[in-house]
Amino acid sequence: MLTLYGAEIASRLLLGTARYPSPAILTEAVQRSQTAIVTVSLRRETAGGRNGGAFFDMIRSLGVRVLPNTAGCHGVSEAVLTAKMAREVFQTSWIKLEVIGNHDTLQPDVFGLVEAARILSGEGFEVFPYTTDDLVVAERLLEAGCKVLMPWCAPIGSAAGPLNLSALRAMRAHFPEVPLIVDAGIGRPSHAATVMELGFDAVLLNTAVAGAGDPVSMAEAFARAVAAGHQAFGAGMLEPREMAVPSTPVIGRAVFA
Amino acid sequence: MRLIINGEAQNICANTLSELLRLMDYEGEWLATAVNGELVHREDRADHALDENDRIEILTPMQGG
Repeated sequence: MLTLYGAEIASRLLLGTARYPSPAILTEAVQRSQTAIVTVSLRRETAGGRNGGAFFDMIRSLGVRVLPNTAGCHGVSEAVLTAKMAREVFQTSWIKLEVIGNHDTLQPDVFGLVEAARILSGEGFEVFPYTTDDLVVAERLLEAGCKVLMPWCAPIGSAAGPLNLSALRAMRAHFPEVPLIVDAGIGRPSHAATVMELGFDAVLLNTAVAGAGDPVSMAEAFARAVAAGHQAFGAGMLEPREMAVPSTPVIGRAVFA
Repeated sequence: MRLIINGEAQNICANTLSELLRLMDYEGEWLATAVNGELVHREDRADHALDENDRIEILTPMQGG
């Protein structure tokens, strides 16, 4: 069972709630994926709060945990304030902390991220930092109070899949006890299976499901891929080798010549 | 009174944050409010007096990844 900040989580797939063709398809995708955690955001609204209210009611009806994010925040104070506002609305101390540093790649500003993580941890938040695959940054985030790390595997929404397997492998090896969730960049179920086979604890994705031709079916495909990758990691996989090795025993074979 | 509400300057006569929300027809338990970069908790809105040029943020839940 996956344990995040003391909470036992039944699924290793976390789903975002953005960009779905309709609320009904989002609802069905969440159900079919069997996810236990969805990410949500906070935004300015002019309709007297009624749009947000309708969305809030729908999310609550799903019966899953909510992980609010600070998406779009480009500075520490902005991210910290957004986190506090999210706690006020969603009544959870969980926060997916994003401090964006680059407009083109949506790469995290890792310096601001560590600073914001320290502030929020000090105020009782349980921080899920969206970070890079840099080991030193990861170390700093743990020192800042984070008990979960969420490295990207490629830029947000790129669907590029894991671009640096060596870095992800090193991260797993360096932090064997820390829950590691790959966040951002997953495009296909095979990408999810790949990172789970490396021993990552979970995968967080959004666009790969929401933007699929059939988001509901894709949600299920990802659920299966994540589960398969996790099971394979536990079962122990062969290491690749240069030379052929016959899978059928040579002893006892017939000789016809 | 001139207030900056969600980034837009507006002239609204409201003494407190809760009065402002009422005048602007905001409702529900899902609102988060901040004034001048500081969170104002739900239970403190009625006592939070507003001043000229205050920057007010009113956020609600939204789809996110």
